[in-house]
Amino acid sequence: MSQGTAKRVAPTSLLVASRQRRLISGDRLFRAIAYVAAALIIVVAVIFVIALFIPALPAIMKFGLGFFVSRTWDPVRAQFGALPAIYGTLVTSAIALVIAFPIGMGAALFLAADARMSLLRGPLSFAIELLAGIPSVVIGLWAFFILTPLMRDNVDPFLEHTLGFLPFFQGTASGYGFLTAGVVLAIMVLPIMIALSRDVIGAVPRALREASLALGATNAETIWSVVLPYARVGITGAVLLSLGRALGETIAVTMVIGNRPEISSSLFSTGYTLPSVIANEFTEAVGNVYLGSLFYLGLILVLITVVVNVLARLLTWRFTGSEPTAA
Amino acid sequence: MSRPMVRILIDRFFGALIVLSVMMAAIPVLVLLLFVVIKGLPGLLTPGFFTDPPFPQGVPGGGVFNAIIGTLEIVVIGSLLAVPIGSLIGIFLSEYGRNQIGDAVRFISDVLTGLPSIAFGIFGYTVVVLTTHHFSAISASIALAVLMLPVILRATESALVLVPQSLREAGLALGAPRWRVTLEIVVPAALGGIVTGALLAMARAAGETAPLLFTAFGNDIVQTNPFQPMGALSLTVFRNALVPYNNLQDQAWAAALLLVMLVAATNILARLYVRRSQH
Repeated sequence: MSQGTAKRVAPTSLLVASRQRRLISGDRLFRAIAYVAAALIIVVAVIFVIALFIPALPAIMKFGLGFFVSRTWDPVRAQFGALPAIYGTLVTSAIALVIAFPIGMGAALFLAADARMSLLRGPLSFAIELLAGIPSVVIGLWAFFILTPLMRDNVDPFLEHTLGFLPFFQGTASGYGFLTAGVVLAIMVLPIMIALSRDVIGAVPRALREASLALGATNAETIWSVVLPYARVGITGAVLLSLGRALGETIAVTMVIGNRPEISSSLFSTGYTLPSVIANEFTEAVGNVYLGSLFYLGLILVLITVVVNVLARLLTWRFTGSEPTAA
Repeated sequence: MSRPMVRILIDRFFGALIVLSVMMAAIPVLVLLLFVVIKGLPGLLTPGFFTDPPFPQGVPGGGVFNAIIGTLEIVVIGSLLAVPIGSLIGIFLSEYGRNQIGDAVRFISDVLTGLPSIAFGIFGYTVVVLTTHHFSAISASIALAVLMLPVILRATESALVLVPQSLREAGLALGAPRWRVTLEIVVPAALGGIVTGALLAMARAAGETAPLLFTAFGNDIVQTNPFQPMGALSLTVFRNALVPYNNLQDQAWAAALLLVMLVAATNILARLYVRRSQH
């Protein structure tokens, strides 16, 4: 019987060895596939940069860095400059943040640090998620048909009447332009602003808030001098991510900004933004220089958004990274 | 007025401001959805909306059959590209990615997430349209696939990381090789998160317009060949809104409602799937 076992043991150990080899090669193969997939996204990123840069070359060669400060956008004479589009992008995004920041902060505080009406929290979170999921072309459609007349007939005249002494609220209002685009962008960045700030404010240690309340501070005082200072860096990150979203928003803005390369201090004026020039003129662009200028604009847009996003990630990363030591 | 009184008043005022901002955040959502439903529903119920291709401008009637087919086909092809690759990269990040390559991939994915959607359109245009010399649905699918990648790979990674280490160890202790442990134990355990990520990415892709403008380009004829220009619901909304014909504008509203319903249904499906797989 022992003889029989011995006979069987020898071949089995050989079998195990070959099986193990097979297993290891299977592991190697799977690892290799995973690495190839990871390499693929790096390749895609490189192609992305090349795909923007090469077609932009004719314009880069012709206009150089002067492209950034030139105000002309004249397809007929093939003279192009990015300044009107950059100006429009910055102005509309700034309006969006000015409107969305206080509202977003209030809603985030309500969701994360307010004990009242907790029944409302679920539906509000749901509404915010809903808004985040609505395609931008649908928001654009709504803005084009509903918001634009409202701005032209009610909001703009009111602003001119009350704040007309400022250069921002002068001139005739067509309903299209910087202000309307800014309002649309504000609606579009609200979900991301609220969701991120809610998470940041929610990460403020409960003990800190309770300590402040126990010392006799009111809710408002606790929020103002304990919660917000603690969450400041994270909130900055949330604002920057919202800014990144506003800078790159294309379709909804294209539908309400008026699409004219103008630089005006009046927010009622029509204008252009980097993405809306590209969306609007890409398929009609003839000639290497015209098309190249649109790619050049795309390059500028990508550069700006990448810088803003990386900055935001660094801030939020630092905030969450420093959390354990602070808590 | 005594000092405590002032403090209480300030507190009340602050509380009122918070409630006010909540209302200002919620009202646009409700107004927007209300308008889309009210203005879109009649068009949606018009006979032929789902089954007819668009008629020439000025001719009453017509539908968005071409766009429905187009949106479905473009998104499905895009998902077929993005879901396998994205989940593989997610597996890489969670199982092999605790190194510099993993960090580089995460960084690139974060940067891609933040890019404006029109940039993906430019990518699709240069990489596919310029090389094949004509607009095509496949170029749109490729642009959308790159747009979907970061969403899918991040969802996959975070779902896989949540799978308990003990499960992996149990599999390895039973003598299973690592790749089988990954594919047959870890991935099934995290499937809910992966599917949710994929569905959310598809919902986002279905609603995008900017990446399609100069890739799929749009087509009023019903087209199923992915190498030809193709219509899409988002393109119908965008183009019809800017046309001075009432019936086409009504169609834009109806297409917008359909698009919102499609995106909402995908989102709800994703959430239901999470809930089911958690039990």
